[in-house]
Amino acid sequence: MYRYCGEVNGDQAMREMGKNLPVPTFDTTPWASAPRLREATVAIVTSAAIHRAHDDRFSAGDTGYRVIPSDARDLVMGHWSPNFDHTGFQIDPNVVFPIDRLRELADDKVIGRVAPRHFSFAGNQPDDVSTIRLDSGPAAATELRRDGVDVVLLTPV
Amino acid sequence: MSVLAHVIESAGIATVVLASMRPVVEKMRPPRALYCEFPLGRPLGKPGDAEFQHRVIAEAFALLDTPASHGPTIADFDEVVESDEQPVACALPPRFDPNLPACVDEARGLRNAYDRAVAKRGHTDVGRAIDADAVPDALAAFHRIASGDDWKTVTIPGKNTVAVMHDIRAYYEEAALELVGTAGARGLEAWFFESTEAGKTTLAARQAIKDGGGPFPFWFYMAPGHR
Repeated sequence: MYRYCGEVNGDQAMREMGKNLPVPTFDTTPWASAPRLREATVAIVTSAAIHRAHDDRFSAGDTGYRVIPSDARDLVMGHWSPNFDHTGFQIDPNVVFPIDRLRELADDKVIGRVAPRHFSFAGNQPDDVSTIRLDSGPAAATELRRDGVDVVLLTPV
Repeated sequence: MSVLAHVIESAGIATVVLASMRPVVEKMRPPRALYCEFPLGRPLGKPGDAEFQHRVIAEAFALLDTPASHGPTIADFDEVVESDEQPVACALPPRFDPNLPACVDEARGLRNAYDRAVAKRGHTDVGRAIDADAVPDALAAFHRIASGDDWKTVTIPGKNTVAVMHDIRAYYEEAALELVGTAGARGLEAWFFESTEAGKTTLAARQAIKDGGGPFPFWFYMAPGHR
């Protein structure tokens, strides 16, 4: 058992656990080419289980996703793990979901445009992550393609 | 996150992961990852610091220029941000009704700050299992368990101990942020569990449920694992 405050803090304990975390492995790594950034449509996909206040809440072990329109600001945190900080998101949602930063990059013509929709999953999943890998993940990818997305920034929690 | 990178990249869309655990991303080999040693839960590093967040995004997007021949690429962001697990100095309301358990009195005392926080933000993270009105009742139930009542005989509003704990912590943390303005990562976690009556009571209830043979998921996830 880890001690806290001055010995091992919560992040150190989690990162230590992460070293031996069973994870799915992949024989190959896919590779897609992006257009030049200033012409690219950019979306955020997060595993922070954030969702709009009126959306269905994430259940424990939820393998689905919630859609976040670009202009949504009524975002709440639905992640089930007690092992990370939630207050950063309460202070500034951009520290998890950097939508204002993407808008600024679009205004400055660094990126082409911000995608109309973004996607949120829950990060705490069974070890093989099979449903996201085989079902809900590809479904979200199809939606991203439908929106003409060229680049996805993935933000973890 | 890296699973989704594989899935989305396979669909023909270029991805960049802001990775929070280096050994995990090394094993999973997504196409492009920027390892950011930031507090968990703050993948862009610093809330309220747009310039810092832009630096992170710029370094992540720079990985899109990596040639395909390079294969999976992991870069390291050049600045580490650490959490600060010292309790935030947030004053707690004085005892008002000595006939109530201290945690219930305390939660009631924070209600005005919580309400101001919700009015300002427009919404609240509280509501997973209970609403703000039920927070004192939930704490009263945990107080009974901590005081020796058999956990099986105590009805906890919202029923799910883990969900109720999220609501209690969100209630306290939103109220505290209203009072202190901002906080480093885990500073309010430390404040809740070490400084507040609610934190002490719920940790004691967690221990009592464990000692009383409660199922592991029922008590363990009521608090961060290292507590």
